[in-house]
Amino acid sequence: MTTASAVNKSALPPGRAQAFLKRLQAGEELAHAMAGTAAGAIFVITALVLYELITQSTLARQKFGWHFLFSSTWNPVTGDFGALPFIYGTVVTSILALLIAVPLGVGAATFLSELAPAKVSNALTFLIELLAAVPSVIYGLLGIFVLVPILQHSVVPALKAVLGALPIFAGAFYGVSYFSAGIILSVMILPFIISVSREVLLSVPRDQRDASLALGATHWQTTWRVVIPYASKGIMGSIFLALARALGETMAVTMVIGNTPQIKASLLAPGYSIAAVIANEFTEATGDLYLSALIELALVLFGVTFVLNGLARIMIMATGTKGTH
Amino acid sequence: MSQRWAFKHIVNYFMLGLTGLCALVTIGVLFFILGYLVYNGAASLHWSFFTNLPAPVGETGGGIANGIVGSGKVLLLATLIGIPIGFLGGVYLSEYGHPTTSFVIRYVTDLLNGVPSIVIGIVVWVLVVRRMGHFSTFAGGVALGIMMIPISVRSTEEFLQAVPQSLREAALALGASKWRAIATVVIPAAIRGIVSGTMLDLARVAGETAPLLFTALGSPFWSAGWNQPTATLPVMIFSYAISPYEDWHRQAWAGGFILLTGVLLVNIVARMTLARGIHIPR
Repeated sequence: MTTASAVNKSALPPGRAQAFLKRLQAGEELAHAMAGTAAGAIFVITALVLYELITQSTLARQKFGWHFLFSSTWNPVTGDFGALPFIYGTVVTSILALLIAVPLGVGAATFLSELAPAKVSNALTFLIELLAAVPSVIYGLLGIFVLVPILQHSVVPALKAVLGALPIFAGAFYGVSYFSAGIILSVMILPFIISVSREVLLSVPRDQRDASLALGATHWQTTWRVVIPYASKGIMGSIFLALARALGETMAVTMVIGNTPQIKASLLAPGYSIAAVIANEFTEATGDLYLSALIELALVLFGVTFVLNGLARIMIMATGTKGTH
Repeated sequence: MSQRWAFKHIVNYFMLGLTGLCALVTIGVLFFILGYLVYNGAASLHWSFFTNLPAPVGETGGGIANGIVGSGKVLLLATLIGIPIGFLGGVYLSEYGHPTTSFVIRYVTDLLNGVPSIVIGIVVWVLVVRRMGHFSTFAGGVALGIMMIPISVRSTEEFLQAVPQSLREAALALGASKWRAIATVVIPAAIRGIVSGTMLDLARVAGETAPLLFTALGSPFWSAGWNQPTATLPVMIFSYAISPYEDWHRQAWAGGFILLTGVLLVNIVARMTLARGIHIPR
């Protein structure tokens, strides 16, 4: 062994070997290795998450195949599992949340970047970032005890009076529903849309605005026809980020969606979401197949958010680097 | 003045007003949440709430002391696990990384940040809880620790990057080795930002509920050790809120008030410190 390493060392040019030893002595290599190991650990942890989800869901994947995604039976007693009601609930609530949060969020971000003086904008952004820090269980608490009663007593009766003929507002309303979950989610994703969109809008070069204003466009025309189109990719990125959050959001949704595995066209009906079913049933799941099916649901959730986050990062980066500045 | 001109300007003011309204609504929601929690939560607060164990159903006067202690223990473990990895990872990205490896690590970090917290809970259940055979404070700490890593990496990297290159060069020119330059010059210059980032990170995971459901579980008693299930504040709020008892709802509000106050205070202090520290270029 000793001779082998001696040979190796002498094979290096003497200067390099000495430099290596010197750096080793100074702890240089150790520091580098520690930082590198930590960075590698992040990679390993992420890979481990994916690996465990895939291997632990093997049983369900082999038994149900792709059918798992399209079947709407969820029966732990007979061991028949299909994810459709949960996928449906997750998608419906998230889309509803986006429909509310995107116009509001992009509007607010526009105000903060284009209209408000820097000081006001920074102060308001500070408050909005605080809103992002509110834990989801608090949103759930407010959902159960504040939002649901408000919806039940005033909003939904009014909605039904005007739009009751539409199938999406048909049927009885018991408070917990896709509708309630969508509204809570929209409040939760709003801060993300606003703070990311504001950053993106602020990164639009000043001369783009000046050129448009110089041609006689109003402030709004400039914003709507020049600034927002320029930043559109980044804004889309912020929406994707928000969507990924909404899809994976657990506690608040669990508390107000009603936890009923069914597919209903009416937004006022109770439903279920992927994250909610995992939260409710995982600790009580008996049998390997049941656990495996729940872990496959987690895999679905992981896959979708993984893709959305990946796309979002690319889009936000694309806005940051294009243009002359 | 032509009609067209007038129309253009009416639209201008109307739409700009509308964007202002959007911002106002959002801020309004924040104040509504705060107001409602203070109104409902502070009314149910009592000193015994901080010192007592939960009371059995039907009795009043129970507290959430075990939840506060449990959350503290889980967060301590999470910090011990998440911050060293996150901090060193951030140092690597900022000081050592090769462009390609840095890009990959940065991308993976962002993806890990986007993994839904409930999925982290499941993976930790598979890796820790099932292997040990029972729920534990330790498993809860691992779950939250993993969740702390991405933010810690990115904030450390960002603040180290903000340290001027000339400081590094000055240290190296004086004969310091690279790691001495990093450890004695670069990191101290960025330390305020890094500490604030860590505080924000802690505040974020302090309210996490989903990953604790299958790791730390919950318990009506003081937790017996790192190896036993423990009550945590967010999980207690959740289970009290969905319970059918009026008195538990009141306690959920009080617990929510305590949690939110803590999280927001840490956020405000950390962000204030940041604002006075080095300026991060946008």
